[in-house]
Amino acid sequence: MSFIPGQPVTAVVQRIEIRKLRQGEHLILGFSIGGGIDQDPGQNPFSEDKSDKGIYVTRVTPGGPAEVAGLMMGDKVMQVNGWDMTMVTHDQARKRLTKKNEDVVRLLVTRKSLEQAVRHSMM
Amino acid sequence: MFGLSLPHRQLALGSQRCSDMGSVPHRERSRDRHKSHSKDGSRSEKSVTINAPPAEPLLGDAAARGEEVQDDNWGETTTAVTGTSEHSLSQEDIVRITKDLEDSVGLDCRRYFTLTLSVVLGLLVFLTPLAFLALPHLLWPEKLQACGTACEGLFISVAFKLLILLFAVWALFFRAPRAGLPRVFVFRALLAVLVLLFVISYWLFYGVRILDSQDENYQGIVQYAVSLVDALLFIHYLAIVLLELRQLQPAFSVCVTRATDGETRHYNLGQLSIQRAALAIIENYYRDFPVHNPALLTASKSRAAKHLAGLKVYNVDGEFPMTPSTGPGNNAATGLAQSQSRAMIAAAARRRDTSHNELYYEEAEHERRVRKRKARLVVAVEEAFTHIKRTQEEELKKAPGDVMDPREAAQAIFPSMARALQKYLRTTRQQHCHSMESIQQHLAFCITNNMTPKAFLESYLNPGPTLQYGRERWLGRQWTLISEASVTSGLKEGALFLLKCIDFSLVVTAKRIPYIQLSEEFIDPKSHKFVLRLQSETSV
Repeated sequence: MSFIPGQPVTAVVQRIEIRKLRQGEHLILGFSIGGGIDQDPGQNPFSEDKSDKGIYVTRVTPGGPAEVAGLMMGDKVMQVNGWDMTMVTHDQARKRLTKKNEDVVRLLVTRKSLEQAVRHSMM
Repeated sequence: MFGLSLPHRQLALGSQRCSDMGSVPHRERSRDRHKSHSKDGSRSEKSVTINAPPAEPLLGDAAARGEEVQDDNWGETTTAVTGTSEHSLSQEDIVRITKDLEDSVGLDCRRYFTLTLSVVLGLLVFLTPLAFLALPHLLWPEKLQACGTACEGLFISVAFKLLILLFAVWALFFRAPRAGLPRVFVFRALLAVLVLLFVISYWLFYGVRILDSQDENYQGIVQYAVSLVDALLFIHYLAIVLLELRQLQPAFSVCVTRATDGETRHYNLGQLSIQRAALAIIENYYRDFPVHNPALLTASKSRAAKHLAGLKVYNVDGEFPMTPSTGPGNNAATGLAQSQSRAMIAAAARRRDTSHNELYYEEAEHERRVRKRKARLVVAVEEAFTHIKRTQEEELKKAPGDVMDPREAAQAIFPSMARALQKYLRTTRQQHCHSMESIQQHLAFCITNNMTPKAFLESYLNPGPTLQYGRERWLGRQWTLISEASVTSGLKEGALFLLKCIDFSLVVTAKRIPYIQLSEEFIDPKSHKFVLRLQSETSV
C-alpha cells in the first residue's frame, strides 16, 4: 500500500456499494474515516507504511449500511464515486462521502487480505 | 619479595607429607630434628624465601638462596625469611634508613646552596643601580655636572621602581618552598643565568665607557641606571610568565591510578615538566584519594594464594639438577622450570574451581554484617547525642553545677557509643586509622560546632582523603619519582611515570587534550514555529 512518487499506484481493490440511510435529515453511511494528507500518518493503526496518508476506515457501526455492504475496519478507501481518495485532505474526503444529492456511494477499497487472496489463487 | 611472606611460621606439614612419594622418609625425619629453622607458612610453590634466625640479620640471605634443590623434600629443607620478625632488620628497613640519611643530608645541602646563590644574586641586582648612581660621586665629584630637575626626577623614578621590584621579587620568589624536587628547576636556573648575564653586561659597559673615561654627564648615567631597573622589571615579567602563567592553561589530561586497589582520578594539567607535574599530582592525591587501607587487600591475596595451592609438580624422569636454575648455560634447567610452570597453569585452569561461589557469598555476608553494625552504630550515636545539651548563659547562672566543657562532654558520652563504633570499625577494617584519642577529639569538635550525629559519623562511615587522618599517615617525605624520560623534560602525549611510596605506587599516564574546533550556528528567534499533529476521525 506504499507508493512511489511519480509512479501509478497499483492495488487489488474491492468494489463496495453503500446505500445511504436516512436518519432524520441526515444521510449516513455508518462508518468513520481517518487520515488525509493534512493528518499525521504515524498515528494510523491500520496502515502498513506509516507514511501512508490515505483515508482509512476506522470504525464500522454494526448493522449500518457500510457493514451490510461489506466494508471492514482497516480498509483503505481508494476512490469514491470516481473521485480519488489517496491524496485528499480529511475534510475533502468527508465532503466527497457526504454529498447531499447522492444516495449511493461506490467505493473502491483495498485491504491486505485481498492481495493475499489474489496471491494464493495465483499459486 | 622478601617482605611479603606471612608472619606465622608453622607449616601444615600434612599437605606435603601425604603427597610425598615416599622417596626418602627416614632422611627427612632426621633432617627435621637437626634443623632448627622454621618453615615457610605460605603454600605457594614458587617462593624460595630464606629464613634468618633472630640473631643473624641478613647474612643468610645470599648464601642460602642458591640451594634450590629439585627433590621431593624441598618443602622441609628450604628456609624462609620473613620481613617482619621481631629482632632482625629486614632489607626494607636498611634501605629505608640509608635513604633517609642521604635524603636529609643531600636535600639540606642543596637547599642552602640554592638559598645562598639566590640571596647573592638578589643583592647584586639591587645594589647595582645604586652603585651606578653613587660611584661617579665618589670617584670624580669635581668633574661631575650638577644634577638638574629632570635628573632628580629620575632619582625618584629609580627609587620607586626599585621598591616595586623588591615587592615583586618578594611576592614571586620568597615563598616557603613546598617541595624538594629531584632535579633543578630548569626555568628558575635559566632565569638566574639570564639575570646574571644581564647584570654583568651592564657592569662591563659601565666599567668601560663610564668609569674608564670618567664621563661628566651625570644625567646620562642616571638614565643608564633607570634603563637597568626597567630591564630588570621586564625580566621579572618574563619570570612571571614562564614560572606561573604558562602552565595555567590546561594542555594534558593525566590519569592517576593507585596500583594496590585501582582508585583512579583524572586531572588537567598545563605544560609542566615531569617533576612539577608529579608535585601537582601528589598534592591532589592527598585531597582526592581515599586513604590507603592495606587491610582491605588481604582478601584478594589469600584468594590468589589458594589458586595455586595444592598443586605440586613431580618430575617423573628423576632429574635432580643441583645447580641453581639461574646459572649461566643452564638452559636445560630453565626449560624444565618453564615447562613445569606451564603444566601447573594448565592444571589450575582445568580444575573445577568454586572460589567464585565463595567470593559471592562472602561478599554478600560481609555487606549484611556491615549494614547491621552500621544501623546499631547510628542508633547508638543518636542516642548518645541526646544526652548533651548546649546551655545558654542564663541557664548557666541558674544551674552552676555539672557544667562541662566540650572535652569533658565528649568523654562523658563516649562510652555509650564506643562499643558500637569499635565493632563497626573492626568490621570495615578501619580500626587502625582511628585511635580512641582521635575519636574523642573529633567528638568534642562536633559537639562544639553543633554538628548532628550524622555529621559526626561521616568521617567513620566513608574513608576520607589522606589529609583527614593524623599526620603520621601523610608520608610526605617518602615519594620517589620513577620515570624513563628525564624528569626535567616536559609532559608529552603518552608520558608514563610512577610515583612510588612505601606501601603503594601511583601510575600516571598523560594524554594531550584534543584541539577543539568550535563552530557557531545562528538560530533566528522567529524560527521557532510549531504545528499540531492532527489525527481526526470523522463519521460519515
